[in-house]
Amino acid sequence: MNINIEQIRKDFPILQEKVHGKPLVYFDNAATTHKPQVVIDAVSEVYQKYNSNIHRGVHHLSNVCTQAHENARIKVQQFINATHSHEIIFTRGTTESINLLASSFSDTFLKEGDEVLVSQLEHHSNIVPWQLLEKRKGIKLRYIPINERGELILDNIDELINSRTKLVSIAHISNALGTINPIKEIIEIAHSKDIPVLIDGAQSVQHLEVDVQELDCDFYVFSGHKLYAPTGIGVLYGKEAWLNIMEPYQGGGEMIKTVSFEGTTFNELPFKFEAGTPDFSGSVGLGAAIDYVLSIGLDNIAQYEHELLEYATEKLSAIPNIRFFGTAKEKTSVISFLIGDIHPFDMGTMLDKMGIAVRTGHHCAQPLMQYYNIPGTIRASFAIYNTKEEIDQLVNGIERVAQLFG
Amino acid sequence: MTINEIQEEIVEEFSAFDEWMDKYSYLIEIGNDLEGFKDEWRLEQNLIEGCQSKVWVHAELDNDKIIYSADSDAIITKGIIALLIRVLSGRTPDEILNTELSFVEEIGLKDHLSPTRSNGLLSMMKQMRLYAVAFKAKMGQ
Ligand SMILES: Cc1ncc(COP(=O)(O)O)c(C=O)c1O
Repeated sequence: MNINIEQIRKDFPILQEKVHGKPLVYFDNAATTHKPQVVIDAVSEVYQKYNSNIHRGVHHLSNVCTQAHENARIKVQQFINATHSHEIIFTRGTTESINLLASSFSDTFLKEGDEVLVSQLEHHSNIVPWQLLEKRKGIKLRYIPINERGELILDNIDELINSRTKLVSIAHISNALGTINPIKEIIEIAHSKDIPVLIDGAQSVQHLEVDVQELDCDFYVFSGHKLYAPTGIGVLYGKEAWLNIMEPYQGGGEMIKTVSFEGTTFNELPFKFEAGTPDFSGSVGLGAAIDYVLSIGLDNIAQYEHELLEYATEKLSAIPNIRFFGTAKEKTSVISFLIGDIHPFDMGTMLDKMGIAVRTGHHCAQPLMQYYNIPGTIRASFAIYNTKEEIDQLVNGIERVAQLFG
Repeated sequence: MTINEIQEEIVEEFSAFDEWMDKYSYLIEIGNDLEGFKDEWRLEQNLIEGCQSKVWVHAELDNDKIIYSADSDAIITKGIIALLIRVLSGRTPDEILNTELSFVEEIGLKDHLSPTRSNGLLSMMKQMRLYAVAFKAKMGQ
């Protein structure tokens, strides 16, 4: 493998920080990743060298800033291999992307009795927006069930995707379990019935190569902050044909062509969906993060993280009374578990004292926790800068806590 | 002992721990030992749902003193509850309302009672005060 972890760790200044006097071991990457210096620099360069409101100015800085923002859009386009850069809509993140879609798509295409299909392992942000539409529009939300291993059960998919289904909206990868869902298969089934598919890629783009043309999904959404980019910037990819016939989301500046009190005409893509001043420092940061990830190589990242996953799974398995949640054949570097009847909060609190950051609780996926009949799990999720030594520390920390609880 | 004497006593006890691990072992121990919360009190109205751990609080009047009982599904949370009960339970509403819970900060557990901790403890402390206010009003009638 041609990656140098020591060098990569040096790229992330926060990894030098101490927590409770101990070196930081950060295993909460599925929640958000840290930022390499190049991303931090790119963002501060915006403010130090060319900050100006974009798209409207004739002056020099405005042009430079507009150029930087639009370059970032092209980087995103190439990153996920979209056909056009105007199919890339900048949002605040996955949550806003899904809400945008829930709003704009439903305006034109959803009516009472229609169904939207999600899965049992979705993040709340791919459940609640649709539940709001159940209230507002009388649609029905249905879900693909999972098995004990945390894999989708597709046995009844022909009934679940039926003539009332108007949209299928599925996570590419589960944030709580790491399961990689068979989205290609689901997209094919849905398309055979002319039903569009939205993929929640919040947990994917940082771990594996995504090609939206190859997947043929109609919409793909993700957040910058889980991809080593700043918080507050995210992406909605939509096929041009869909975006053109959808209603705008929010109204305001940027998204209009002409405004009069008699009526308003909307701007073309992508601006139709980008009301107001966009987060151009965020987009530039996202562009820099994409460059950074590509400089390491997604293949290398996937391979290294898989090694970490295998190592951690093996080491953790030796701990008495450990129960894993999410043991799918296809999964990314996320491990969810419980130790005996130790409450996740207690484990998380103690590990924190040792400088180890894990996530505990329901991971914004309560329906999934209900399926397993547990209040939550302890989740360790790995990123490109984590090491096997850190995993040893985690295992060691867990053993110490387990001893304490007898 | 007055409330403040008990607070001082707890601070004294905790000063014996040089290692955080000892402090937490102790919290776990007293958390495990905390008893007395009856099943019939495990009601929705007594539940404080933190994002991370759940806390149940019950209070009743014994003559002019408030007897608190509480429970949690997480042991560390329960350990801190045990300390709060030790300080506040068996006191009159006035004593409770006039007390600054300074020991929490002094033994280095303030973090656990910050609004961002979402373990239900801060809401529990507010709830305990509210009971004191309510019982005081009732007794004044
Ligand atoms: C699968 C999945 N979907 C959606 C989200 C929401 O992302 P954000 O909070 O960045 O909008 C997350 C983040 O936790 C996630 O993991």
